[in-house]
Amino acid sequence: METLKEAENAIVEEFSMYDEWLDKYEYLIELGKSLTDYPESEKTDDKLIKGCQSRVWLDYKFDNDKIVFSADSDAIITKGIISLLIGLYSGRTPAEILSSDFSVVEKIGLRENLSPTRANGLVSMIAKIKEIAAENV
Amino acid sequence: MFPALSRKVYGKNIVYFDNAATTQRVKSVLDKWNEVSIHSNANIHRAVHRLSDEATRAYEEARDAVRSFINAESREEIVFTSGTTAAVNLVAFCFGEAFIEEGDEVVVTEAEHHSNLVPWQMMCKRKKAFLRVLPINDDGHLVLDKLDSILSPRTKIMAVTHVSNVLGIVNPVKGIIAKCHDRGIPVFVDGAQGIVHCKVDVREMDCDFYAFSGHKLYAATGTGVLYGKKKWLDAMPPYMGGGEMVGNVSFAETTYAPLPLKYEAGTQNFASIATLKPAIEFVKLLNNNKLTKYTDSVKEYMLNTLALHSKVRLYGVPQGTSKDKIPVFSFSVDGVHHEDLALVLDKMGIAVRSGQMCAEPLMERLGLTGVLRASLAPYNTLEEVEYFVKCLNIAIGMFA
Ligand SMILES: Cc1ncc(COP(=O)(O)O)c(C=O)c1O
Repeated sequence: METLKEAENAIVEEFSMYDEWLDKYEYLIELGKSLTDYPESEKTDDKLIKGCQSRVWLDYKFDNDKIVFSADSDAIITKGIISLLIGLYSGRTPAEILSSDFSVVEKIGLRENLSPTRANGLVSMIAKIKEIAAENV
Repeated sequence: MFPALSRKVYGKNIVYFDNAATTQRVKSVLDKWNEVSIHSNANIHRAVHRLSDEATRAYEEARDAVRSFINAESREEIVFTSGTTAAVNLVAFCFGEAFIEEGDEVVVTEAEHHSNLVPWQMMCKRKKAFLRVLPINDDGHLVLDKLDSILSPRTKIMAVTHVSNVLGIVNPVKGIIAKCHDRGIPVFVDGAQGIVHCKVDVREMDCDFYAFSGHKLYAATGTGVLYGKKKWLDAMPPYMGGGEMVGNVSFAETTYAPLPLKYEAGTQNFASIATLKPAIEFVKLLNNNKLTKYTDSVKEYMLNTLALHSKVRLYGVPQGTSKDKIPVFSFSVDGVHHEDLALVLDKMGIAVRSGQMCAEPLMERLGLTGVLRASLAPYNTLEEVEYFVKCLNIAIGMFA
């Protein structure tokens, strides 16, 4: 498996191929659609990430020492964003996750291209991933 | 005429369809704000010097403009506030203090903006009174047949929106008011959306209170109007205490200023309030027939396109003619989240609202987590609406 740093760089490269924001959205939509394994029964309030305009659920389990995330959202672009995040951070140890500075979201221009309310949602998603990692080191 | 509309977003001409939230400011409004701020900036009503006199005049001229615009009987009945929300809070609080007792009832409707709901709820809680709700039907129209059974001998006031900010349907407020008055119940009308698109004559409507916001009517933000019949404004206690709202002050006893200053405590947002006058002059200009015809045809086109669109579910379809609907279009698209559509449309240069529209109980009633809302102003063109429909279809295609 590639290192987290390598995976982050690959995403940045992938995004740099698209000039237009609509193409980036298309990419996120595809990512969102590929995220299918989140069970309906786990769409509970305690797994909702607070601070998002659409609903986003994030759950995790352990595979030996690695955290495996799963997520869902009722809005597809948001789902693409959380899919992108868990694509990077799932299957990694808590220490690995915490070693990231999460600057990848700035590098791909996600943060400044979302309106403040939605950027807050992104911040909340990252905070939740960090929190889960920190609780399990 | 609207400097803000000449800008581009993401390299595209802005198509501003979020007018129900706030309208763009007409140039004469910006000029007035500048004039008062640069040329006549002094606190109003308090001093004898020239600057204060000019600022006071600009402020009071706005009051005259509002009075004649809504045909109130006297300028004492026009109270300036910071917006509709502030006006509702004022009346809910002061009316509650004067007239509500434990066990009394206040009636609202299912289609209210939070601003015309929460203040009444707070007052009911404080006074141990009950909130009763006039429902809407599945098409978003008030169920007037139920009004008789909801009003009771304990009903002390009814609050109803002239036009819902979600449904855009013009409510038959005149009939509701007449029915309430038969029972001696006063009516508060939330005119935040109504004032923008309907001709309002408060004496003809016979409402007891009517409130609206300047910023939705091309004026500066932080401006609001509360119209109240003199008998009510006289009978209620003041809202906030402070400068300017007083007659004589001593530690033993304070008397209050006459209307309307009784309700205007503290330094008012006078530079912005002054802009209500040019804003109203602009609205009067708009009401000339040629322009009305054009804006009606734009509305009609939008209404027909969305109502007949196979993937779109439009909320608030007029029962009779489209005269009963203002150009506020809330809708959902089967299988596509409103937030996704708003994000894509944004990147195409189109500003629309997505979400609950400050009307959670209404969303609940319609079984929705939110809607997409396009709301038009007279500066929006048919080309813009056509571009919007084209982009909406592209956006829907992206999520199919
Ligand atoms: C029907 C209705 N009532 C009340 C309000 C509140 O207006 P404001 O935020 O200007 O106080 C709005 C606007 O958002 C509205 O549309």
